Parts: sequence; structure tokens; C-alpha cells
Amino acid sequence: MGFASSLWFTGAEVGLSLAGLVLLLVVAWTSHSSARLITILSVAALFGAVVFTGVELWQTSPAGDAFGGLYRVDAFGSFAKVLIYLATIACLIVTPRFFEESGAYRGEYPVLMLFSAVGAGMMVSATDLMTLYIGLEMSSLSSYVFASFLKGDWRSNEAGLKYFILGALASGIILYGMSLVYGFSGSTDYGQIRAAFDSSFPMGALFGMVFVLTGLAFKIAAVPFHMWTPDVYEGAPTPVTAFFASAPKVAAVGMLMRMALGPFGGEAEAWRQIVIFASLASIVVGALGAIGQQNLKRLLAYSSINNIGFLLVGLAAATPAGAAGVVTYLAIYVPMTVGSFIALLMLRDAEGKPLETFADISGLAVTRPALAWCLMLLMFSLAGIPPLFGFWAKFVVFQAAVQADLVPLAAIGIAASVIGAFYYLKFIKVMFFDESGRAPEAGSPAGHWAVLAVCVLAISPLGYFATPWLSGVANSAAAALFAIA
Amino acid sequence: MGFQIGFPILSVMLAVPLAAAVLCLFLKAPAARMVALAATLADLALGIVLWANYDVGGAQWQFTERANLFAGFQYALGIDGIALMLIVLSVFLMPICILASWESIDKRVGEYMAAFLLMETLMIGVFCAQDLFLFYIMFEAGLIPMYLIIGVWGGANRIYASYKFFLYTLLGSVLMLIAMLWMVNVAGTTSIPALMTYDFAPEAQTWLWLAFFASFAVKMPMWPVHTWLPDAHVQAPTAGSVILAGVLLKMGGYGFIRFSLPMFPDASAQFMWLILGLSMAAVVITSLIALVQHDMKKLIAYSSVAHMAIVTAGLFAFNVQGLEGAMVMMLSHGLVSGALFLCVGVIYDRLHTREIDRYGGLSINMPKYALFFMLFTMASIGLPGTSGFVAEFVSLAGVYQASSLATLVLTTGIILGAAYMLYLYCRIAFGVQKNADAAAMRDLNAREWAMLAPIAAAVLWMGVYPESFLAPMRKDIATLDIRLAKVAPAGDAKPKEGKPHAYPANAVHHESGDAASATRDLEAH
Repeated sequence: MGFASSLWFTGAEVGLSLAGLVLLLVVAWTSHSSARLITILSVAALFGAVVFTGVELWQTSPAGDAFGGLYRVDAFGSFAKVLIYLATIACLIVTPRFFEESGAYRGEYPVLMLFSAVGAGMMVSATDLMTLYIGLEMSSLSSYVFASFLKGDWRSNEAGLKYFILGALASGIILYGMSLVYGFSGSTDYGQIRAAFDSSFPMGALFGMVFVLTGLAFKIAAVPFHMWTPDVYEGAPTPVTAFFASAPKVAAVGMLMRMALGPFGGEAEAWRQIVIFASLASIVVGALGAIGQQNLKRLLAYSSINNIGFLLVGLAAATPAGAAGVVTYLAIYVPMTVGSFIALLMLRDAEGKPLETFADISGLAVTRPALAWCLMLLMFSLAGIPPLFGFWAKFVVFQAAVQADLVPLAAIGIAASVIGAFYYLKFIKVMFFDESGRAPEAGSPAGHWAVLAVCVLAISPLGYFATPWLSGVANSAAAALFAIA
Repeated sequence: MGFQIGFPILSVMLAVPLAAAVLCLFLKAPAARMVALAATLADLALGIVLWANYDVGGAQWQFTERANLFAGFQYALGIDGIALMLIVLSVFLMPICILASWESIDKRVGEYMAAFLLMETLMIGVFCAQDLFLFYIMFEAGLIPMYLIIGVWGGANRIYASYKFFLYTLLGSVLMLIAMLWMVNVAGTTSIPALMTYDFAPEAQTWLWLAFFASFAVKMPMWPVHTWLPDAHVQAPTAGSVILAGVLLKMGGYGFIRFSLPMFPDASAQFMWLILGLSMAAVVITSLIALVQHDMKKLIAYSSVAHMAIVTAGLFAFNVQGLEGAMVMMLSHGLVSGALFLCVGVIYDRLHTREIDRYGGLSINMPKYALFFMLFTMASIGLPGTSGFVAEFVSLAGVYQASSLATLVLTTGIILGAAYMLYLYCRIAFGVQKNADAAAMRDLNAREWAMLAPIAAAVLWMGVYPESFLAPMRKDIATLDIRLAKVAPAGDAKPKEGKPHAYPANAVHHESGDAASATRDLEAH
């Protein structure tokens, strides 16, 4: 592979990095008033990256390595990147308004978003432990800054600090695991690690693998490493929370898939029990933890833990169908979660103060019917009730689990999803059944409505029309994952 | 694709209420009412066309439509006689439900009508789906509009009831989904007609049967998982109760006859006594509970559980009478309990209480109402000439062939049924007019006439000439009976051939020569 083709394969990352650096210079030499312009330019750059990656994915669809096997372009990576970039765009569109009201918006924010997206893109494309770690840290370090972006708000600062400390801990665990893996396999390249482990898998390597998976469980907030999520999600500014729940999560799940099915793919029996435990524990804890919550963001944090549990059901199958299920799940999870957070963002009272608890949104169906209906569809979709598209997401992962003879896992998982349905129903109950005690609230900007409408349309029954296309993409993405070994 | 009558009638029947539902969301109250009524009447007309064009004794699956949607899913519709009758029942009850909500629902009318119309689409969808997952989607999605109907427009304790309804039925259904995934994985098809003739391994059948049972037993509802029903009925608005009792409960029975029996015959035979035992318990226990109710709706709700128990017993008798009786019972109960809830709704709209004690002597000031109420009370008891008699007689005749003990206990339920229904009727319609406000209530108006008269006609029709309703289903039930024949239990009520006497017991012997031996014979007797 020549240098030119390596650069072409990494075109999206290179372009975004360059755009980020240039915009950073612009930010440094202009006043705060340019922040909005920087945001628009960042969105444009991300959009360009989506188109570029999309073209790579559908038209040429090369499966090739860049820079001597450090980085790989394939259907899985491209698909995950498109999702990451789109989620980042959605979050960027709704962000300025939120911070402008407190006067805290600055041009650094969109630039950091760009770097975070680059890091996330590298996480899902890496085929070498070094590239992986660089991508992970690039994405994480930007995230720590976002969480505490509201400098004057102690909750935001606390969230940033917690995220940083626990994120650093997780990174350390991953790094320690990687060192063990490197020590026992003699390579940092995924293919060579796989080859080494296929021939012999000593106890030390098992420890390394478990450490890596543990660190990744921190990053995706799977139980029992989920404790930071509710605090960080609640404390961080709402647009940032929307971002945390979408793009970095897709990246972390993508990286987990690549690791588990690539270098550790031959040891599926060894990690399957860990994944099954994490999956069921996440589903149950995510459901039970949410029941007592009054704060909506905290509740959605538990909801994301719950969803990770369902994603892991697909991974536990360790089959191409399971991987395709996870990819489909991610594609549906992103609009569901982004839509939910944006709907929360749009909830403000007449003075513009955000509404954050159940008591605040009672009777929303009367005061803001359109928003309430959107939220209702999102909640039924998150609960996995047909005919909404969230059902399809759960359907494919459970189908994969049943096909892989994991019927008990599927049965327990789906039965536990009924517990989760309780708090999604509570959302609807509060909005539709309870009396409203307040006057109609202020409207929301058109940009918010546009993003929300796109998300709701994606998870509505109309989403089923996309399934032929989606299953095709998911299958080729899954095939790419299995081809790596 | 050639259609039986020139256009895809089942798809149109699904599309009409759905389109009207979307429209209703954007309309003001009076317009929404008219649109809803027009749409349901259009669907009723289509239902009649469907019935008229149904070829009795023809192909098993008629009006089939098929389109490949995507991986593993098919948009496959088609009906047999069983589905036809249940679809006709649904479209018959829907305009009546809209009429019942005409005045009593005055807030958020557009959303209410939309929920009802969506419900109609999903009910028809459940009965005509020929793809396993399409069925599941329709079956589950029905929870959403019903949850909203109970929760938004229900009574004082509506929130508890709506949660209980939703979570109870959801927990029942999700295990069924896992079983369906397993079945499709093994059998390699999602087509319901194909799966109905597929033979699963007997050990697997046990688990699959239990998973489906979890869903249908809750939906039915069978004792002891019936507890969501009284709460849901009491809190739901009148029309919601009608649809719940009239059609939603039938999905459980339909599930048994469409899935559990033909797909898992071995397991069904294995669990026959579980079903019969639960049915016997249900009939006696819920009838006794119904006797002591003070709330009219709760009483009728418990009576539904008792009637549904006769359906399950009839289905699991494994013979033609049992199956036919169960189907007639479902149709009859759909009409009768729906009508009884409407009767409660009529007086609830006037006095806004369901307390039985607040009424009394209504036959004096509301004679027409009392007449209708009496007819439906009698039909619920099973008086000959009404649909209830046909239903109870045929299904119990079927159960008798399987087990005389079960029949004995189930028949006790009918006596108890007469007790609680007559007691209810006596307290409401007869006696002195002890409450002045109840005595001042006006009799039925034209709208209420239009609601009750068609049901009364249907109840009498089914009671006098049930053949109209049995004919379309006969062939399908015979097919099912053949499939079940190899596992049907021997039964304990088979007539046994005795040893005939040489001569009748009352024979008088005249031949003198034989006198001695005749005396000996008589002594021997």
C-alpha cells in the first residue's frame, strides 16, 4: 500500500483534523462572536466527512489497510464513522443555543467536537493497539472538557472531574491489559495477535484480555462499571449529555466489537460468559436503577445502561448475525437517544429555565402536544414496543442470540426488558395522564425541531422501510469484522 | 396477484381506520367523531363484503395477500373461517363503540378517536396476519392505544389499571417472542399456515407451548393471571371495556386455536389437565367473586373470566364440539359482554356511578332499557334462544366427551352464573325506586337504541340459527380436529356396551312350563 492510498483511506480523519486545526487558529485570533460561524463550518466539515466516508462505504467499498496495518478501512468502520459523524452533527446543531443563553459558548467547543469525532473514528477503524489507544485518548480528552464546559456550574465541574478520574482509570486498565496482550502475543497488530492466540492462549493473555474488556466496559458503561454514568449524564450540560450518549458510545461499542471478534475472536468461549454477565446485569440494573429516579437526564442515563445490555446480547452470540444485530441496534439506538435528549433540551419553562424532573413535565400533552407525542414515540421505541423501530433493534439481537443457542440469555433478557418498560411508561403517564399545573411554555427554535423530527421519523414505523438497506449494510459490516482475523 | 374480489380487501380494511386515525389527530371534536364513525362504518361494510364473498367450504386460506418486505418478514395476510368470524365481530363492535363514546368523551376527542381507530387496525391485523412476526407486531402494538385509552380517559384509579394492564400483558408476550424466534430458526419459515402443519420435536413443544401459554393465558385471561382484567375494565371508559371484553380477550382464544393447538399438539395433550383444572377453578372461583361485587363493571368483568374459562375448556377437549362451542362462545361473549358493558355505560352516563346500590326499580322509569338489559342478562346466563345457550351447550357437550368431572364443575359455573346475573338484574331493574335521582333517569335515546338494537338482533340470530356462524368455520375446525386426533384423550364418558338381558326386566312370563325357571331368573335379579 502506497502512502497516497493510505492518505486516501484516512481522508475523513485527515480532513477533519486539518479543519479542526485551521478553525482553532481562527478561534484564537477572533472574538467570541465568531463561535456560531465556527460551528457552522465544523458542521460542514463533518458533513463532508460523512459524504466522503459514505462514498467509500457504498461505491468503492475497499477493504484495505493504511499505514502498514495500523488502520483499516472496511464496511464496519465506515458505517460506525458515518453514525458517529451524524450524531456529532446533530449535537452541534442544538448546542449553541443552549450555551448562548448563559453566555458561555465559545469557538473551542465545535473544534473540540471535531477532534473528538476524529478520535472516535480512529477507535472504530484501528487494527493496531497503538492506533486504538491514540484514538481512545483523543476522543476521551475532548469529552472531559465538554463535561465541565459550564465553568460556573458546580454540577458541570463535578461531572467533568468524575468523568476524568474514572475515564483515566479505565484507560489505565485498558493499557495494562494491552501490555499483557502484547507481552504474550509479541505484537500489537490485531491479525498477528489473533494468530498468536489461536496457536496458544496462556493464562497471562487471558488476564490481558479480561483487563482490556473491563476497561472497555467502563467506556461503554456496562454494569458493574456503570457507576459514573448517572452522575456524569446528570451534571453535564444537556447537549453534551446527548453527545456522550451517542457518538463516543458508538465508538466504544465499535471498538469493543472489533477487539472481541478480531484479536480475541478465537477465544469467544473465554469472554462469552463475561459478556453475558455484563449484558444481563446491565439490563437488570439499568431497569431497576431507573425506577426511583425523578431527574429525567438521570433516568435516560440508566436507560443507556439498559440499552448497552441489549447490545451485548448481540455480541455474546459471537456470530456474524450477532454482529449485524449490534450494528443495526446502534443505527437505531443513536436516533432514539439523540432524539430523547434533544426533546429534553427543548423542555424549558417560560423564563427559559430547563425542565429536568418528572414533576416539571406533568401534563405536557396539553401544554406542548407535538413535543409530548414525539417523546411518547421515542419512549415506546426505547421500550421496544412494536410497531416502533426500537422493536426491530431488540428483535435482531435476540434473534441472533436464539440462533446461537443462547435461549436462556434471550429469555431472561427479554423478560427483564419488561421492568424497563415500566419507567418508559412512567414518562408517558406523566406527560399524558397527569394534570398540568403550568401555563404553556415557550417554543423551541426550528433547528431543534428539525433534528427531533428526523430522529422521530427514523424510529417511527416508517423506519421499517429502511430495513432492507439496513440489513444489507449491517451484514456487510459484520462480515468485515469477521474478515479481520 | 389475483384477488378474490378484485381488490386487496384485507389491506383496505387495515388502511381505512389507520388513515382515519391519522386524520383524527388533527381534527376538532365534532369532525373527529364523524370521521371515526364514517371510517368504522366503512370497515363494517367491507367486513360484510368479506363475509358475503367468503367461499364456505372452499380453500382453507382465502383473500390471501403476500409481499416480501425484508429479511425474514413478510406482509402476508389471509383468513380462514375462524379469523373471518372474529374480524366480523371486531368491525361490528367498532361503530357501536364510537357511538358509545359520542357524548361521554368530551376531552381530547381527536386523540381518543385516533386511539380507537388504531386499535381497530391492529385487531383486524392480528386476525388476518399470516406471518408469525407480523402477528406479533400487531398483537403487541395493541397495548399502546389501549394503555392510552385507559390512562387518559379512564376512571379515578386509571393509572394503576393502565400500568397493570400494560406490564402484565407485555410480560406474557415477550416470552412468546423468544419462542417464535426459536421456531422460525428451526422450521425455517415465518408462515403461519406452514407452521401449523410443521411437527416440532415433542420435548421442544413443551417449552414452546409454555411460552405461548404465558402470553395467551394472560390475554384470555385465565385464572390466576386474570387480575389485570377487573382493574382494566372498571377504569376504562365504556367503549374501552366493550373492545377489551369483545375483541381483545378473543385474541387469547384465537392464539390457542391458531398456535398452541395445531403447532404443538403433543404438548397441548400433555397440558390438557392444566387447562381443564384452571378452567374449573376459574369458573367456580370467579363466579363466586362476581356474586359479592358492588360494582357493576367489576361483576361483568369477573363473569367474563368465567365465560372465557368455558372457552379454554372447550378448546382443550380435542373434539369438534368442543372447538365449535369455544368459537361460538367467543363470538357470543364478544356480543353479550360488550352489550352488558354498554348497558352499564348507559346508566353510568346518567348517574356517574357504577355502584349497584345506587340504582333500583329501573324497569319502572326505563322500560326499554330494562328490556334490553334483560335480554343480555339472559344471553349471558345461556337461556335457550340466545347465543349464550348455543355456546354453553355445544362446548360443554364437547368437554363431556373428554372428562365428565370437568363438565360437572363447569356446569356448576353456569348455575352460579345465573345466580349472579339475575341478582344483578334484580337489584338494578326490579324492586322499589329507592333513589330519587335514579328514578328520574330518562329512557334510551335514539343513539343508545342504535347501539343496543343491532347487538340484540345478532344475539338472537346466533341463538336461533347458529349455523350461519358455524358454517364458515366448520371446515377449519374439522381440519384442526384431524390434526389433533392422534393426541386426543380417550375420555371417561364413552358409552359402554353392556351385557343385554335375555328379556326385558318387566317381561311377564305366561308359559307355565317355564314358570320355575322364570322364578329362578327373577330371584337372580
